[in-house]
Amino acid sequence: MRKSKRSRRRRASPTVRSLACTVASPASTKAKMALLDLFIRTCCILALLSREDFQRIPELAINPLGDRIINAFFSEGEDQVNFRGFMRTLAHFRPIEDNEKSKDQNGPEPLNSRSNKLHFAFRLYDLDKDDKISRDELLQVLRMMVGVNISDEQLGSIADRTIQEADQDGDCAISFAEFVKVLEKVDVEQKMSIRFLH
Amino acid sequence: MFLLLPFDSLVVNLLGISITVLFTLLLVFIIVPAIFGVSFGIRKVYMKTLLKIFQWATLRIERGAKEKNHPLYKPYVNGIIAKEPTSLEEEIKEIRRSGSGKALDAPEFELSDIFYFCRKGIETIMDDEVTKRFSAEELESWNLLSRTNYNFHYISLRLTVLWGLGVLIRYCFLLPLRIALAFTGISLLVTGTTVVGYLPNGRCKEFLSKHVHLMCYRICVRALTAIITYHDRENRPRNGGICVANHTSPIDVIILASDGYYAMVGQVHGGLMGVIQRAMVKACPHVWFERSEVKDRHLVAKRLTEHVQDKSKLPILIFPEGTCINNTSVMMFKKGSFEIGATVYPVAIKYDPQFGDAFWNSSKYGMVTYLLRMMTSWAIVCSVWYLPPMTRQCDEDAVQFANRVKSAIARQGGLVDLLWSKEGEGERYIQGGATETLQQNDCRQP
Repeated sequence: MRKSKRSRRRRASPTVRSLACTVASPASTKAKMALLDLFIRTCCILALLSREDFQRIPELAINPLGDRIINAFFSEGEDQVNFRGFMRTLAHFRPIEDNEKSKDQNGPEPLNSRSNKLHFAFRLYDLDKDDKISRDELLQVLRMMVGVNISDEQLGSIADRTIQEADQDGDCAISFAEFVKVLEKVDVEQKMSIRFLH
Repeated sequence: MFLLLPFDSLVVNLLGISITVLFTLLLVFIIVPAIFGVSFGIRKVYMKTLLKIFQWATLRIERGAKEKNHPLYKPYVNGIIAKEPTSLEEEIKEIRRSGSGKALDAPEFELSDIFYFCRKGIETIMDDEVTKRFSAEELESWNLLSRTNYNFHYISLRLTVLWGLGVLIRYCFLLPLRIALAFTGISLLVTGTTVVGYLPNGRCKEFLSKHVHLMCYRICVRALTAIITYHDRENRPRNGGICVANHTSPIDVIILASDGYYAMVGQVHGGLMGVIQRAMVKACPHVWFERSEVKDRHLVAKRLTEHVQDKSKLPILIFPEGTCINNTSVMMFKKGSFEIGATVYPVAIKYDPQFGDAFWNSSKYGMVTYLLRMMTSWAIVCSVWYLPPMTRQCDEDAVQFANRVKSAIARQGGLVDLLWSKEGEGERYIQGGATETLQQNDCRQP
């Protein structure tokens, strides 16, 4: 019987993750009660997550965008994210409810609006955060998604074609406004939302 | 002052008599059957009674909750979010296959393709299949242990009284009994194997050693009130083979060793474990590694191969998962034990969590806490299936052989067969190819 002595590093248990996500949604009373119970039990309000905690999830490791998604949780220069920050990032994926659309026109835009969802996706492309997707950045994402079976020339031509279709001001890069225009017919609400089962 | 004296002697007498009676009962009903390997069936009756009580308790909770109009917290067995039926691996394969197939036209790409991966990634952060396996399984009905119940506040007075009675029985009656039995078992093991170790090598020594080991493991099984059902005992491991099993807790060793005579493999520990290990190795050749030797894979493989090739030596017991899994699935097997080239005897162990969850969450509980939890549960019920022996075919490598064995075990035990391993350790198995290059081994025919 082999047992290795691991150091007892504190890592976010799955219950933290699951309860974080239900808080981010317009949860029913039942779910809130269950959450509070779990919350008190795990006492995770002071826990901090680091990049390694995310990297331990195997299914995230094979996701081509895994590293970039992890980066989206951490703000500039920070190495740890607390519960609040974790929730803020996950809140982008709340489904858009009908009664929210007309609710508060004067208040700040909710995190799960169409525009904010698109902005989240835009940031996954835009590595250097200059608010433009350049040809190189697009090539990198393409390479991650299609693997090694396509040649560089083919990828280059795909990237060129995509930029050509999207670019309107002729700077050979895709800005956020152009990105939104290209995707105006796409059902972003459905593709970038996660529904809870209760 | 002297009025107390007759009472004193009365109390002392009563105490003496009750202790004698208790020990006689213990001896007759528990230790003697353990020596001969017979059973009175007391534990099965105990199990049936408990089941009836649990069913009643669950009905009471549900009725109570309905009366008060409180929603019950049901454990999220299927996850908390709605997911698509296809997995990420399949989708990636699909995308890459369709991309490489069209050589002439460029594969189609949209800026919106990224959405799928983004959402999948966030979904796995919220709720993934693998991490669910590393925390204890949640039960649908309540077994009167507060550690498994989240609806604890919705119960009636009658149920609370029953629960309190349960606590009293478990902590004040069962726990001391079990500790006494465990103590007896371990001390008998240490003294018995030491004594047998002084005998000259021969059939007599082997015979005695086997029976000493079996007897002590059986006492330990009774110390945990483990109710075990063995299936297909004709496939039990033989000399010169390797026995592999899925791993849920350190108790697995006791469960398997109480039905067969194995050579153990493990690291040398200090303290009580070390004493037990040193005593056991005197009576029969177990394989204990020093801490420094464990890192050296070639040395480990060499010693195991030597042991296996000697046909007079006992079958080795190995748990290839390397760590404790919560008994709902089987994780990837480490390939080391499958490279040796001996016959592999797979064994599937499945626990019934209703009477006591045997899963050891080593990041949450230490060993002593875990043993205390075990000894204060009602019972440990499990089934053991001995599967027919398997050997490595010439055209498969160690990893494929390991996966074949793993699937057989998962299928038999009704567990889910997963591809992931717990800690990485440089051995992540991604579909399509192993990340480590395997050495060529000559395959041996049985």
